Amino acid sequence: MAGEKRKGLQLLDFWVSPFGQRCRIALDEKALPYEYLEQDLGNKSELLIRSNPVHKKIPVLVHDGRPVCESLIIVQYIDEAFSSSSSLLPSDPYARAQARFWADYIDKKVYDCGTRLWKTKGEPQQQARKEMVEILKTLEGALGDKPYFGGDEFGFVDVAFVPFTAWFLTYERFGEISVEKECPKLAAWAKRCGERESVKKNLSPPEKVYEFIATLKKKFGIE
Amino acid sequence: MGETVKVIGAFDSPFSHRAEVALCLKGVPYELLLEDLGNKSELLLKHNPIHKKVPVLLHGDRAIPESLIIVEYVDEAFQGPPLLPADPFDRATARFWARFLDDKCSTPFWLSLWTEGEVQQGFMKEIKGNLKLLEGQLKGKRFFGGDTIGLVDIAASGFAHWLSVFEEVAGVTLATPEEFPDLCRWGKEYTSHDTVMQCLPDRATLLARFTAKKDIFVSTVKSMAPK
Repeated sequence: MAGEKRKGLQLLDFWVSPFGQRCRIALDEKALPYEYLEQDLGNKSELLIRSNPVHKKIPVLVHDGRPVCESLIIVQYIDEAFSSSSSLLPSDPYARAQARFWADYIDKKVYDCGTRLWKTKGEPQQQARKEMVEILKTLEGALGDKPYFGGDEFGFVDVAFVPFTAWFLTYERFGEISVEKECPKLAAWAKRCGERESVKKNLSPPEKVYEFIATLKKKFGIE
Repeated sequence: MGETVKVIGAFDSPFSHRAEVALCLKGVPYELLLEDLGNKSELLLKHNPIHKKVPVLLHGDRAIPESLIIVEYVDEAFQGPPLLPADPFDRATARFWARFLDDKCSTPFWLSLWTEGEVQQGFMKEIKGNLKLLEGQLKGKRFFGGDTIGLVDIAASGFAHWLSVFEEVAGVTLATPEEFPDLCRWGKEYTSHDTVMQCLPDRATLLARFTAKKDIFVSTVKSMAPK
């Protein structure tokens, strides 16, 4: 299809999405200017559907008119297409495999379990609470005593997980999980990441996340 | 490098095959350690404590689980023909379709085999729709990777070799050459490739083993299918 390909970077996103925030953080870490395009997920735009015809989901990074989909794929793309600035992934193949493993683990476990924490009640919610504590403890184990998941530098796994730290308050209030109490090292890591400009700028304030979920709960009739 | 390479795998598993074929394509010799998935070994549980699944690649003292992560590791750790393209956008596209296979194809495929009636029809429609999307990525090329086998071919290998075996056991037809001409042509190309054939499990053996396990497969579905 001919026609003008818009130059530069655009991010199709939704304000509270932790997946979108991964991309925003990565772009800022690389000091890459981009146009942020907030999407109405209840009424998806032609641009979104055209850019992600398979999943019709955000985030989508459009670079010189070409779309890249799936947040972790986008972050790796940003790292590889703009390789002159500091890397998000380590250079050693085994360290890279470990980074991909933990990012994949976060993808498989955190969002789904977190959703069940606020969407369910009674027995299923108890189960979700138990699972979330296990997930957080596992991640805390992977962090160990290092300042960041990758070691001394903020990197891929930190980018993958840090947006979910804005959800800790929501987990606490709806799921009765205290990350501070259960996983103090993880809580400390969250604070440490929160001091970075890219994170400060792009994470939703925890109270806003809580309000958003509270509104959704009312909408779904979950009290 | 000279360090020992082993794959903890399973005879029946297309995921296990992904790890093996990546090593074969790079010309890396390895030892295959076959697991009895009904009775998992200490070695497997030690090296994949989180997911407890095959395959796991052991390279020297390093353990790498998750088949697609293994393929990227093999591509980066060993010399030999590249399994991913060089261009970042093409790499992102390859990763997208590899993930699509795992996230959108595995489950509806499995459910379309062992459910019945309207529920089965629903899953069959879903998997066929997704296979059509995947087929669209071939665009007349020999392989998804172009002239040579790449990440997406490896990720899709289950649909090259295992698909017809499962169709036969389940008595279900999902991908005919009439409906999926490119995909079926690709399947033949893949399974007749010299290097791939070194690590493909024998079809007749797969058929016999899956036929014997049919009741178990049907029972797995009862806990998976949404209410």
